[in-house]
Amino acid sequence: MLKCSLDKMNLVFAEIAKANTLYLPTDQNDGSAKFTKWEEGSVWSNALNTVRSPKDFFFPQTEDLMEFKVEGRNIELTDIRKESEDFVIFGVRACDVKSFEILDRVFLVDPVDSFYASRREHGVIVALACTKPSETCFCTTFDIDCTNPAGDISVWKTETELFWQANTEKGEKLLASISALTEDGDVAEVDAQKEKTASIMKKLPLADLTTDGFGAGKTMELFNDPAWDEMSQTCLGCGTCTFVCPTCQCYDIKDFDTGNGIIRYRCWDSCMYSEFTKMAHGNNRLTQKERFRQRFMHKLVYYPENNNGLYSCVGCGRCLAKCPISMNIAKVMKKIGGEKK
Amino acid sequence: MNREETLIPKIGVITDVRIDTPDIKTFRVVTPDGKKAFDHRPGQCAMLSIPGVGEAMFSITSSPTNEEFMEFSIKKCGCVTEWLHAAEVGQQITIRGPYGNPFPVDDVFAGKNMLFIAGGVGLAPLRSVINYCRHYRDRYGKIDIVYGSRSKEDLLDYKEIIEEWTKDTNVDVHLTIDREQPEWDGHVGFVPNYVKELGFDTDRIAVLCGPPIMIKFTLEGLRSLGFETTQVYTTLELRMKCGVGKCGRCNVGSKYVCKDGPVFRFDEIDELPDEY
Repeated sequence: MLKCSLDKMNLVFAEIAKANTLYLPTDQNDGSAKFTKWEEGSVWSNALNTVRSPKDFFFPQTEDLMEFKVEGRNIELTDIRKESEDFVIFGVRACDVKSFEILDRVFLVDPVDSFYASRREHGVIVALACTKPSETCFCTTFDIDCTNPAGDISVWKTETELFWQANTEKGEKLLASISALTEDGDVAEVDAQKEKTASIMKKLPLADLTTDGFGAGKTMELFNDPAWDEMSQTCLGCGTCTFVCPTCQCYDIKDFDTGNGIIRYRCWDSCMYSEFTKMAHGNNRLTQKERFRQRFMHKLVYYPENNNGLYSCVGCGRCLAKCPISMNIAKVMKKIGGEKK
Repeated sequence: MNREETLIPKIGVITDVRIDTPDIKTFRVVTPDGKKAFDHRPGQCAMLSIPGVGEAMFSITSSPTNEEFMEFSIKKCGCVTEWLHAAEVGQQITIRGPYGNPFPVDDVFAGKNMLFIAGGVGLAPLRSVINYCRHYRDRYGKIDIVYGSRSKEDLLDYKEIIEEWTKDTNVDVHLTIDREQPEWDGHVGFVPNYVKELGFDTDRIAVLCGPPIMIKFTLEGLRSLGFETTQVYTTLELRMKCGVGKCGRCNVGSKYVCKDGPVFRFDEIDELPDEY
C-alpha cells in the first residue's frame, strides 16, 4: 500500500490533472458538496457525500445524441458522437462505486449504449473509504463495505495521510503517474480505521434493515400488497428521489429545434411522473400508487430478477435526505418486507 | 466515433401511402437507395420518427418474405401518427430496428394449424405472420383468420383479404363487423362471440391481437373452447423510447415489452402483474 501526506494533495491533484480532467467533491455556498472540475485552488470537501450522485459522469442528465437538418421532404442525419477524453473522478464513495456496476448491467449489455460505454472506458474512479457514515446510510443492507470501496483505486483518509491501493490496470497506471509523490505506507493504520468505521456502521439506525421479503420471484406476492396504497398516498410525484438516486437510469429521448436544425437528445426521466408511460391511446400506470410501486418493485424485485439477485439500491441514503414528504425505500423495505417476517 | 449505436436511426423514404380506413394508412418505406432498411422476422417492430415531432414504435406489417420494402399500418391517434398521416410520397423519415422477439413461426408454429384473431388495427402485426405462413404455405396446416372491426370501412387490408387471402387453398377468412350496415352481407357481431360461434377445435395455435377488451374476452372464449394458455400467443404494446430495454419505460414486472416481447404466450402473461 502507498501513502502520501494530506499536505501534498494539491500537488497530487495537479499531477493527475496534467493528463486527465479531474473531478472531486468541493463545498458549495449552500453548505452542500458537489463534484466539480479541479483547478488550482480547488479545496477537496470533507463532506460525507455529494447531493447529486456521480452517475452524471457516465449517464449525464442531458446529452445530445444526434443532429438532423430538415430541408423540404429530406432529412440529413449527423452522428455528433465524440470519443470521451480521459477523466478521473476522485473521492467516490463505496455506495456510488457500486451504482456504476448496476448501471453497467443496463447500459453495457447488448446492444451496448455507445455513449455510456465511451465515458466508462475513459473514466478512472478513485474511491474513498468512509469514516463517518451518517444516519441515512444503509449500504451494508446491500453487502457494500464502505470501509473497502472498489473502483480503480481505493483510498483511505486518516488525520494526516491518504493511503492508496490500485485495484485495476487503469488504477495502477494512474498511481504510477503520481509515484513521485507517494511512499510505502503501513496497512495496519488502514486496518485500524476500517475497524473503527465498521463499529460505527453497526450502531446506525438502519443497521438492521434487510432485503428480506424482496428479490427475484417476489413479483406476484408483493405487487398487490395493500401497503402500497398507504405508503404512496402522500407521494407528490416530484421525482426528486429518482434524480438524486445513483442507480435510477430511466431516460427520455426528445427533439429540440435549434432554429438551425434539430437536436435529438436524451435526458433523465422518472417513473414517478404521470406522463412516463402515457400513450396516445392510454396509460398503463394511471395512479401515483402504480408509479410509486413501480419504482420500488423495480429496485427490489424486477432488477434483481434480471441480474442474478443484485438489488438496484446501494443504500446511499440520498432519497432519505431529500424526499419532501419523508417517504423512502427504507420505509418501504420495513413495511412491505421486514416487519411482516 | 465508430461504434454501433442502436439509437441512431437510418433514413427512410415513404414510397407509397395507402388509405386503408378512415383513420388507418399503410406506409411503404425503403432507404433512399431503394432497399429495405433491415431484415426482420414476423412480429418484430421498428422505431419510426420525424425529427422535431417524435419517435414511436410500430409493428412491421409486411412479411419478411417481401424483399423489396417494409410496410407499416398506422392508426392516427397521437402526435407522430397525425404527422405521418399528413405525409406524402417522397417524404423522408427515420427508421431503426428491428426490435423485439418475433412469433416462433419456424419452430413452434411449423406444421401446426393456425388460428389468427384480430380486431381493428390489431391486424397490422398479424398480417406479417399471416403473409409469412401464406408464403410458406406447405409448412403450415389449416389457416383460419377471424377479423373484425367497427364497420366494413374500418376493416384493414380489405382488398388484400378479399383478393388474395380468401382465394388461398385451405385458408378460411371469417370477417365480422360490430353493427349491421346496408352493403354488408357477412357476419355481424363482436370478435369474441364470433370465435365462440365458429367453435374451433383445439388442434391449433391461436394468435390474438386487438384492443385489450377484445383480447380479454376472446381469451375467455378460447378457454371455454378448451384452448390452453400455452397455445395462445399475442403481442403487447406499451410506450417505448429506446427499444432495447434500457430507458425503463415498457416493463411489465421484470419483462420489457420491447426486448422480452412484444410477442408473449399467454401462460407467460399470466405470470406478469396486471399492468399492461
